[in-house]
Amino acid sequence: MSETGIGARLVRKEDHRFITGKGRYTDDINLPGQAFAYFVRSPHAHAEIKKIDTKAAAKAPGVLCVLTGDDAAKDGVGGLICGWMIHSKDGSPMKAGPHPVLAQGKVRHVGDQVAVVVARTRDQAKAAAALVNVTYKPLDAVADPAKAQKRGAPKVHDVAANNTVFEWEIGNKDATEAAFSKAAHVTKLQLVNNRLAPNAMEPRAAIGSYDAGEDHFTLYTTSQNPHVARLVISAFIGIAPEHKLRVIAPDVGGGFGSKIFIYAEEVVCLWASKRAGGVPVKWVAERSESFLTDAHGRDHVTTAELATDANGKVTGLRVKTIANMGSYLSTFASSVPTYLYATLLSGQYNIPNIYAEVDAVYTNTTPVDAYRGAGRPEATYVVERLMETAARELGMDPAEFRRKNFITQFPHQTPVIMCYDAGDYGASLDKALELIDYAGFAKRKAAAAKKGKLRGIGFSNYIEACGIAPSAAVGSLGAGVGLWESAEVRVNPVGTVEILTGSHSHGQGHETTFAQLVSERLGISTEQVSIVHGDTDKVQFGMGTYGSRSGAVGMTAISKALDKIEAKAKKVAAHVMEASESDVEFKNGSFSVKGTDKKMAFGEVALAAYVAHKFPTSEVEPGLKEGAFHDPTNFTFPAGCHICELEVDAETGVTEVVDWVAVDDFGNIINPMIVEGQVHGGIAQGVGQALTEGVVYDDGGQLLTGSYMDYCMPRADNLPPLRLDFTKTECPSNPLGIKGCGEAGAIAAPAALMNALTDALGVKDVPMPASPQTVWKAMAHLREAAE
Amino acid sequence: MPAISMTVNGEKVCGEVEGRTLLVEFIRNTLGKTGTHVGCDTSQCGACVVHVNGKAVKSCTALAIACDGADVTTIEGIAKDGKLHPMQEAFRENHGLQCGFCTPGMIMSGIDIVKRKGKKLKEETIREELEGNICRCTGYHNIVKAIQAGAAKM
Amino acid sequence: MENFEYHRPSKLADAVKLIKAKKDGKLMSGGMTLIPTMKQGLATPSDIIDLGGLKNTGVKVTKTKVTIMAGTTHAEVANDKDLKKAIPALAALAGRIGDPHVRHCGTIGGSVANADPAADYPAALIALNAKVVTDSRTIEAEKFFKGLFETALRTNEIIKQIEFEIPARAAYSKFPNPASRYAMVGVFVADFGKKGVRVGVTGAKGSAYREKAMEKALSADFSADALAGVKVKADDMNSDIHGSAEYRAHLVGVMAKRAVAAAK
Repeated sequence: MSETGIGARLVRKEDHRFITGKGRYTDDINLPGQAFAYFVRSPHAHAEIKKIDTKAAAKAPGVLCVLTGDDAAKDGVGGLICGWMIHSKDGSPMKAGPHPVLAQGKVRHVGDQVAVVVARTRDQAKAAAALVNVTYKPLDAVADPAKAQKRGAPKVHDVAANNTVFEWEIGNKDATEAAFSKAAHVTKLQLVNNRLAPNAMEPRAAIGSYDAGEDHFTLYTTSQNPHVARLVISAFIGIAPEHKLRVIAPDVGGGFGSKIFIYAEEVVCLWASKRAGGVPVKWVAERSESFLTDAHGRDHVTTAELATDANGKVTGLRVKTIANMGSYLSTFASSVPTYLYATLLSGQYNIPNIYAEVDAVYTNTTPVDAYRGAGRPEATYVVERLMETAARELGMDPAEFRRKNFITQFPHQTPVIMCYDAGDYGASLDKALELIDYAGFAKRKAAAAKKGKLRGIGFSNYIEACGIAPSAAVGSLGAGVGLWESAEVRVNPVGTVEILTGSHSHGQGHETTFAQLVSERLGISTEQVSIVHGDTDKVQFGMGTYGSRSGAVGMTAISKALDKIEAKAKKVAAHVMEASESDVEFKNGSFSVKGTDKKMAFGEVALAAYVAHKFPTSEVEPGLKEGAFHDPTNFTFPAGCHICELEVDAETGVTEVVDWVAVDDFGNIINPMIVEGQVHGGIAQGVGQALTEGVVYDDGGQLLTGSYMDYCMPRADNLPPLRLDFTKTECPSNPLGIKGCGEAGAIAAPAALMNALTDALGVKDVPMPASPQTVWKAMAHLREAAE
Repeated sequence: MPAISMTVNGEKVCGEVEGRTLLVEFIRNTLGKTGTHVGCDTSQCGACVVHVNGKAVKSCTALAIACDGADVTTIEGIAKDGKLHPMQEAFRENHGLQCGFCTPGMIMSGIDIVKRKGKKLKEETIREELEGNICRCTGYHNIVKAIQAGAAKM
Repeated sequence: MENFEYHRPSKLADAVKLIKAKKDGKLMSGGMTLIPTMKQGLATPSDIIDLGGLKNTGVKVTKTKVTIMAGTTHAEVANDKDLKKAIPALAALAGRIGDPHVRHCGTIGGSVANADPAADYPAALIALNAKVVTDSRTIEAEKFFKGLFETALRTNEIIKQIEFEIPARAAYSKFPNPASRYAMVGVFVADFGKKGVRVGVTGAKGSAYREKAMEKALSADFSADALAGVKVKADDMNSDIHGSAEYRAHLVGVMAKRAVAAAK
């Protein structure tokens, strides 16, 4: 391995600009003459729009234009789409209601965009927006997914009877019913997977700019996948054909899924720029707008049952979930509670019979879509809460109950589509048990009791499907796009390298890890490599970053392109060194001819390729540049074991996480420092879900957690130091043997924490987030026992 | 509009502001120093932390005009003569940042913690002192490590 | 936020003149609540009179009394050496208001005048039998806090300083709102020896108040155990998504016990 190659704990190349204040986020970009957009948003969860009077606003100082849904319709601006078709059990397609970029006729959630004001300054736009007079006829609203399908519930979309988007199923119903009828024991849980607000620290932002001379649009936007944004804005919304639209996602301050989706605001900025005569139009979300409009995550209500036989072997799993989609179907919303969720319900276990039903429902709330983990945290929560509870009910040690049911032979076909290719679940469990000192827990619990603290321990043996995804497979399941990735390797005449990738980095450190791959392969330092991403004019196409796919899919595409570079360079080297191509070897950055002392450094060959004096250009083209598209052959299956230990203050209900051990199997690791950082961040978001975070609506659909005053973000003092370790089974489906690590923490953590909390309190379930008040309520039985 | 002047990163600057102009708006829009960020509207996230007369403050909750005559330091002003501040270096060395958006505020807060609490910082102290800074990427683990390491080198 | 005219008088008399002259003028002393409130459009003053120019800062300690000038920041209060000796609980309270950045700007006068039901200082004022001295009169703490964001201050009255009695021992115990970190419940217990014990509670109701049943029990026996029989009523307590009235009432009891145990 070269010093800066695969496996090196290299500090990040991109950090210098961020630590010196030179990062370039969308709001840091100011185009000459730019104007500002401010959106008029619905104060009602559900209402008819009777009239919109824009006259006063249009006359306000600095205002360039005021636009409404009628204007969008007149100009042929299309609506937002959901790109994944799900069919119900009866074969009918999902019921997608219209999702105009500015409301037409009706608003469906608080914060729904009704009109936009474009003015010379931000303050002018905001002041004029207050002058837009909208007459609403308020309608009854529904916010609770469990109530959405009830008779008489307010109807969110005309197309969706009973607010039902689809009624979907997976698995074998009859076999599962049979397993349950024969079960020695059935464990049942009612679980709510709480709704979360993603809260990337950089609020969403966009600048739309129309060049009338070229009839060309440019969009700067906070996107995890600028090419997909261009595709949707061109092909579906119809702003401009793709060659007339450039999308740039510069530095992006975190995404966690929320910046995958194509939102109304960025489309409106483009359209408004043209309407305002080519003035660039900028919009930056205020945090309160982020809470109202960034797609939320999770929000499932689930009944789950686990059947076991007399020997403690799991024989069946039955799940019924209602998934809240919010008021509109966001870009990939329908895939999350279906193929990203129920296909992981087998967990790490050999479960012969699984059947799951998922009803997706509309409510008068912000749309729900993928958020770090997307479906897989919900699946892990169901499986791991059930496994822990079943072990307790059966009087078995939860670790041993799991071990007894682990999948140990690979490949393993689950009853819910996935074919696990490699893993060693016992190895990660063993290591985690050792790290946490499982044997010493009873002593620690007794010591805590003396301080008035209830101590608990909980496991989460999670699995996820990452590296999404094989195109044909997802196509057969309803995806509207393929999920390959592209790469281009440009070698310069001096031997430095530019990598153009369709993956997008918004905190993941691609500028470092991707350069490490190049360093490893070409034997050059990472300093000689730049990574270019996030601009549709530079990178031809790409599917972007989500689903822990940038390593397994994005880097594999680079690896394939590097194969081609190596092959071409060998040809050049062979000619220059006057040897047969089959005698040329490439090792440690140098080409040599077998059995001779002839040698050329990579840089020399690059130069020779461009000078093109020493080879017949009729046979070998000058230059050194190659591209590749990589479509994965399978998902990857990172898995591991997280163990949480916590203490509850018996008087106040305050939960303190006192220890956390995570042992993950991500296959090969490119940069351990960066991987650890990803795990830390994921765990923090999972601890946030379990302990502090929850979006709350009142019955009328008003958002009660619309700022950091009420939405509880985890702070530094909510988290313990985290202890990480790794086990390794290489991923067989990509040449790098890597699996992906971006979501693992968020997937594993909630179940580990809630298993520990229910252990501490001696109760079956506590709802998330387990706020002090919630825990205090859950301790009522202890207070009664004491009295 | 009233004119104000202040020293920003050792340089005398002046500009016209309205009463309502926030210090962060003056820094970002008038001075073009975009390293200071805005991540919330309720004074909680700390992405906007700068030093005013040597003390860490949230520049989204300070009026520019109230800082007339003040000595302001932003993230752009802490590296001296091309050499990174030890706290900047420590964030890089300890992987104390991912997306980078909260980072300027974290670094400015980290330096302020050292000024108030000294160079030998306990982990718990750092976690408590970061109450006014939110990060969504790192789980704080490496931020705490970075501040501890940066403090020792200051 | 809506624009306004900004004034920064350097004399108290000028500040008083300005606030009287401006129709929708608002006093600012730190601005840690006022600026966010204006950003949300919930306050739209025509004029801001920034009291920062008065340089009315400092802590004075005598044998029986602590005087804190209205413009003293929370950080200055928290770090005042004399105060740390005289009433360590008050210094500690100031050191846990908001976060370090807020403590560098926010002032005691601003906080007290704003009378946020979840602010920390009001509990201390009530328990330490404080007097609020304004440009025109002196108001006893108990009569000062009238309700939700409501005080005895007249429209154009400006706080000059706050005077606290020095107790034999005291402590403040705070249960922060998990999200905002404001006090969901804060209990300040002050033992004045023969003069009895005072218990100031913040966060639990519309405004800070004395928990008199606790005072009686603690005056007889200053121990956490003495509070065991005292039942805190939930009747008029605040209720929100983070804490029901019942939970808050329970926390008042727990925080009071912890404050008594920690008093020094």
